[in-house]
Amino acid sequence: MSIIAPTDAAGVVAAIRAAHDAATPLAICGNASKSGLLRPVQAANTLSTSGIAGITLYSPQELILAAGPGTRVADLAQAVAAKGQHLISEPPDLSAFYGNATPGTLGGMVATNLSGPRRVMWGATRDHVMGVVAVNGSGEQIHSGGRVLKNVTGLDLCKLLTGSHGTLAVMTEITLKVLPVPERRGTLVLKGLDPARAVAALSCALGSPYAVSGAAHLPAAMATQVPALAWIGDSVTLARIEDFAPAVAYRTERLRAELAEFGAVELLDDAASVAAWAAIRDVTPMVSDPGAVWRVSVRPSAGPAVIAALSQAFDARWFMDWGGGLLWIAGPATAATHQAVIAAAGQGAWTLMRAPESLRAAVPVIPPEAPALARIARKVKAAFDPRSILNPGRMVAGL
Amino acid sequence: MIAQPEPKQAVMARRDAIIAGLRKLVPETGVIGDPLRLKPYETDGLSAYRQVPLAVVLPETTEQVAAVMAFCHREGVRVVPRGAGTSLSGGALPMADSVVVGLMRMNRILDIDYADRCAVVQAGVTNIGITQAVQAEGFFYAPDPSSQLACMIGGNVNMNSGGAHCLRYGVTANNLLGLRMVTVDGEILDIGGAHLDAAGYDWLGLMTGSEGMLAVVTEVTVRILRSPEGARAMLAAFKANEIAGACVDAIIGSGIIPVALEFMDRPAIHACEAFAHAGYPLDAEAMLIIEVEGSIAEQDYMLDRIRDICNRFDPVSIKVSQSAEESLAIWKGRKGAFGAVGRISPDYLCMDGTIPTSRLAEVLGRIGEMSAACGLQVANIFHAGDGNLHPLIMFDANDPSSFHKAERFGADILKLCVEVGGCLTGEHGVGVEKRDLMGVQFSEIELEQQRRVKSAFDPQWLLNPSKVFPLKPELPRAA
Repeated sequence: MSIIAPTDAAGVVAAIRAAHDAATPLAICGNASKSGLLRPVQAANTLSTSGIAGITLYSPQELILAAGPGTRVADLAQAVAAKGQHLISEPPDLSAFYGNATPGTLGGMVATNLSGPRRVMWGATRDHVMGVVAVNGSGEQIHSGGRVLKNVTGLDLCKLLTGSHGTLAVMTEITLKVLPVPERRGTLVLKGLDPARAVAALSCALGSPYAVSGAAHLPAAMATQVPALAWIGDSVTLARIEDFAPAVAYRTERLRAELAEFGAVELLDDAASVAAWAAIRDVTPMVSDPGAVWRVSVRPSAGPAVIAALSQAFDARWFMDWGGGLLWIAGPATAATHQAVIAAAGQGAWTLMRAPESLRAAVPVIPPEAPALARIARKVKAAFDPRSILNPGRMVAGL
Repeated sequence: MIAQPEPKQAVMARRDAIIAGLRKLVPETGVIGDPLRLKPYETDGLSAYRQVPLAVVLPETTEQVAAVMAFCHREGVRVVPRGAGTSLSGGALPMADSVVVGLMRMNRILDIDYADRCAVVQAGVTNIGITQAVQAEGFFYAPDPSSQLACMIGGNVNMNSGGAHCLRYGVTANNLLGLRMVTVDGEILDIGGAHLDAAGYDWLGLMTGSEGMLAVVTEVTVRILRSPEGARAMLAAFKANEIAGACVDAIIGSGIIPVALEFMDRPAIHACEAFAHAGYPLDAEAMLIIEVEGSIAEQDYMLDRIRDICNRFDPVSIKVSQSAEESLAIWKGRKGAFGAVGRISPDYLCMDGTIPTSRLAEVLGRIGEMSAACGLQVANIFHAGDGNLHPLIMFDANDPSSFHKAERFGADILKLCVEVGGCLTGEHGVGVEKRDLMGVQFSEIELEQQRRVKSAFDPQWLLNPSKVFPLKPELPRAA
């Protein structure tokens, strides 16, 4: 087992060519901070992009940032914050969730396409990947997209590579769209709602003209895990508005009035908002949960029924983001629990986010595709990685 | 005439049998074989290129599309999907041996869910039709291409259409949740749904902008958004392109992202003013239309800040709309830009490159030099926030040398866009128009990678095969 950590794209090309010629699989990672996600990869060697770090282009007035995949997300966030900007999709820092001391990288953020609470209004990580340079499984360098915000030239391989978990190509440079940090944040809090009422309130908030950029619900047991929310002592339903200070003052007042039918509405100030949403983003309420964790994406109004079904099936711990459309679920790390999550998710998408390796190796960790689509997926994989050497089996057994 | 793949003689010879076979799959009026009635399908929004197809089929259901695709696949017949035929890049240009699958009869809105903020519509619903269906409840569908009255959502998906408001709301790709589509061999597939994030490969993202080469889209699940309380525009005019460009940088640098930020150069201002009488400043070299959203007080707050910034750039004039009517007047000229240019020139080519916004003044300067050198006028309209540049090249189609000059001028502009770090097309698609320029932006290795992805969906290259990729391996070299 050796770890190859090149410091430039040429090093990635060399490593992949060698692996290609020898038909030897490579585990692909950045800092491996999310190696507990999806299926374990069986590979003799590991190719890490952690050494390809640093910002290569930052043009704040063009809203464009490019960096090596090994750049730490925290470093990127700091660099853009210095110019009054932020990473739009609010990507989570899951190092505590996975019990790793290592911080996540840009490459890992893009390869997993994980997004935080702001996704509900401003789009996912994949929506803001403007360009990638990557090396495919034959060791060929390819680029897609570029350093401009609007580009429909050719097939959008940026979107295909984003969220492909290193199974199609290894990214060596990534260009993101960034946006100005809103001047102020305010969060409205409703107390004591059940899941159905909470989702109804969040639907009302998200369907309002006030550009709600966060919409979550935490049962009391989860809220107590978040210092900024623990004092409330009940379940909390949260709606965030981010904008210029006068707009936040105006919109929170208007929305407070519209949500009055759901009970008294309190307001978290800027600092408390930042802390509460960071905890929701980073799945803090489940960091110390001993169980397995699933992430289920459903039609928001279906969220409460999924929760009800799972609460029947096992001792489910859960909270909701994205207005009920994203469910974080913790429970016993067993195949039976996994089946219960799959059954409850119905038409939605589910991901086994955290579980012992034995379970992750034994069950499908994302929904199987229809046979015709699965055939296309195998051909697309072969179109990038004909010898199946890049992260084999990471997403789907045998792919 | 644009080069096309060699027609398959075996298919051409069996024309009657193929049409008879199609007639068994869709209602009687849904198959067109009569040469006169095929004529309207010979071109799209890029009318310089024409080719009458073998036949046109107009299915009414996804199942009929599946039957047509399975039939064409068995018979080895090429298929060109078509929505409203508004493509400005020739994306729906037929081939002589192809069957055009027109989706315009699939024009029903299947479901609207305000609680979950999404709608399921058939591919032949117009872009504006979605907003019209939901606006009574205060909602809208965000992407707003200029052709939105006519263009259909299936075409929007295939071209990843943008619009004037994508600086705030994104392009088509950012406003989709799911697709129902038919593969080249007639399988019906659903991807995505009413939920935000799928697991697995991002098929939705790959399909969006795939120009009809991967599958035939029949149903689309779109996000609908609650309309803002209001919107208001302002107009700011400057003494030079550089100054207007610097003002754009200053606005965005100040942390304000307007919902629209449109730039027009002097020829565009004059053409639009003569057409629309919108009150544009004829003594300016460049003009910005800036729109903000929110309550009246929020609009005032933003517009005051933007006006303060504009005032730092020695403006020729600034006009802040005081009402919805004044905002409409400010937009009227810009929205009528194509008609305005059509009025002063017999024909025009609308180009569509993207450039880094910081290179705007330099690029406009070089376009001006090219215009002088080739003797064709050009007016420039620019989505300034996102760098999408639309030069309108004026020519006379009755004079073949004028058309060829215009084509060469257009190609030179797009090469310039790539040279300064931009791309060939921001929102119109590659189609046939920019197919042979792809080698300017991509290496042969990169084009082969994209071709292999197409082959994964369509191994025999039956679906819209003459688009996006150069037909011949000899590629133009970068300028």
